[in-house]
Amino acid sequence: MSEHALNFMPSEGFRARAKDVVENPFLRQSFRGAMDFLIGKRAGQFPNPEELETLRTLGEQIRQYNLGKLPALLVQLEENLSRNGIQVHWAETPDEANAIILGICQAHSAKLMVKGKSMVSEEIELNHACEAAGIEAMESDMGEYIVQLAGEKPSHIIMPAIHKTKEEIATLFHEKVPGVDYTDNVDALIQIGRNVLREKFLVADIGLSGVNFAVAETGTLCLVENEGNGRLSTTAPPVHIAITGIEKIVEKLDHVPPLLSLLTRSATGQNISTYFNMISGPRKAGEKDGPTEVHLVLLDNGRTQAYADEQLRKTLQCIRCGACMNHCPVYTRIGGHAYGTTYPGPIGKIISPHMLGLEATATMATASTLCGACGEVCPVKIPIPDLLMRLREESFSAPHENPSMRGQGAGYSRLMTAVWQGWAAVYRSPSLYGVVTWLGSRFGWLMPSRQGPWTSVRVPLKPAPKRLRDMLRERG
Amino acid sequence: MTQAQTPPPRPSDVYFFATCVVDQFFPGAGMDAITLLERQGIRVHFPEEQTCCGQPAYTSGFPDEARKVAAHQLTLFPENWPVVVPSGSCAGMMKHHYPTLFAADPVRKAQAEALSVRIYELTDFLVNVLNYQPEDKGAECTVVLHTSCSARREMGVHLTGRKLLGDLAKVKVAQQDHESECCGFGGTFSIKQPEISGAMVEDKVKSLKATGAERVVSADCGCLMNILGHAAWKDKQAGLKNPSLPGEHIASFLLRRTAK
Repeated sequence: MSEHALNFMPSEGFRARAKDVVENPFLRQSFRGAMDFLIGKRAGQFPNPEELETLRTLGEQIRQYNLGKLPALLVQLEENLSRNGIQVHWAETPDEANAIILGICQAHSAKLMVKGKSMVSEEIELNHACEAAGIEAMESDMGEYIVQLAGEKPSHIIMPAIHKTKEEIATLFHEKVPGVDYTDNVDALIQIGRNVLREKFLVADIGLSGVNFAVAETGTLCLVENEGNGRLSTTAPPVHIAITGIEKIVEKLDHVPPLLSLLTRSATGQNISTYFNMISGPRKAGEKDGPTEVHLVLLDNGRTQAYADEQLRKTLQCIRCGACMNHCPVYTRIGGHAYGTTYPGPIGKIISPHMLGLEATATMATASTLCGACGEVCPVKIPIPDLLMRLREESFSAPHENPSMRGQGAGYSRLMTAVWQGWAAVYRSPSLYGVVTWLGSRFGWLMPSRQGPWTSVRVPLKPAPKRLRDMLRERG
Repeated sequence: MTQAQTPPPRPSDVYFFATCVVDQFFPGAGMDAITLLERQGIRVHFPEEQTCCGQPAYTSGFPDEARKVAAHQLTLFPENWPVVVPSGSCAGMMKHHYPTLFAADPVRKAQAEALSVRIYELTDFLVNVLNYQPEDKGAECTVVLHTSCSARREMGVHLTGRKLLGDLAKVKVAQQDHESECCGFGGTFSIKQPEISGAMVEDKVKSLKATGAERVVSADCGCLMNILGHAAWKDKQAGLKNPSLPGEHIASFLLRRTAK
């Protein structure tokens, strides 16, 4: 973990946290290896570029179709969930979502909650809220369990503990799990976690999960997972609470298979996940198992802000596969914690500003070369580089009325704006450009040997003694 | 019956948009690209009023400033000739982003769209329009090719540079690891996030050097500025006199290999 602690201003300290990682050769190598592995797994799933392109276009169309009628679909979803006996709750903010969940817990005098993997529960920091209310929230996904034991946050949305080596996990288990001897045998480590968690499923009062797709026409909650902990969390405890963002909705059951296929193949390079749960209601009369109550909490937390703008809305197409992280040269260099946001990597850079405001995230969008690797692999074709440029504009432009984003202008600087205005004045005018570049070519030797951050790892830039236009003139 | 795709007709004249980086920092690459085109019997026109495509401001979040600069370039290519650009990055800006940049200005949007279809990245133009078959006259050597992200992902022309090098009989093209990964330049990224940019270019230079190639060639001078700048800095740190990784624009390399 970086010694530069997280805070409520992820932008602050970002460079320092990133520096800590890039200067650590062990971490650099470890992230590179993990990402290469995931890149290879995904590539193996899409041997045919044309098929991939067809699927991505289909994925994009499905997501855009459903976002296009989101308000109506949310109404339809609520109706059909209610008909199925699933209680629907609406939360505008993380605080509201936590209050709803804690309210349900308290109504059942709950002491223990087991959690299947849910990034939205990380987004609202549910574990903190539970702790403050005296409820034990226990992560049951192996990666989440590891980061919870370590007192950390996930560093990847699909592989929360990707930053940890097996030796680190061995030490962690030895120190934190009573009666466990040190072993770095991976199978033995998984068995240790499984033994601890298995007991908890049986005694938990509440099971909490996320949702990958909420199907409006049938009132079904779909959950993708690999460890079976999702199924146990949603079936063993007497009460199941699901939480998700309002954008995770599809109208038809037919929309699910293509998205599911894109999701598992893009995320972990699996043909299909080990488990796929379709939850259609609580235990019915005469049934022997299943929760007696099922709740769904639908969270906004800035998503309607993204929704209101045609371009920014594309952010909500995301199905949370994490492929953009795996392929991002920046994420590969710095890992997930450096971002300081629940969602790291390219998707984190474009969605966090809606959740936290641009004040807190103003400079995050600058941490990209716009290389396009994220957009190229995105299974639903989110134009991430274009959105990053838009966020830069929203952040750096002078504050104006009726902005489309909270915190618009947060990164505004008179100096920086003046620099670009000056640049434009020169480059829009052939005569000024001529004078400035001529001076540059004649007096290039006067260029300082230190040119700010550029020369921290590079030799200084020097204009050539003759410009191309001079050479062409001489040639005649 | 669908018609078979035919290559665009071979033009007699082209415009050359040098880019501000080539004009000021790599003028030799610009001269070599022009000479290469002229040797194919093409008349090359260099509108002297050209400056910059506007990309630096555009990608930095200052579209108004980018628009002012881009609007000036829109007026420089009146004849219906192809506009050849020795950079995938700047060509990508003009081909793909100009129409978006002027979306709210119908007159300029129409100009931008008309220009967009005439924009060609140099290696794409050499291969797909001129069907250029370089005849190798040099000695045996091994090079490594770095393709810019814009050339690869925005212009889709990453294969044309490789094809041109592949056509050179005595040139072996080495394959670096993580070939498709960005070099870490990213315009203002390199100064706004110098630690990450530095780590990326460090890895890129290591990969290129690990191939044992004598030199790196690229069709984008922005990447070369970054890659060669870091390689030279490393050499300086190590007290080396001669560059351990020399490099040049692909136009310069092609011209030298095919010179009589």
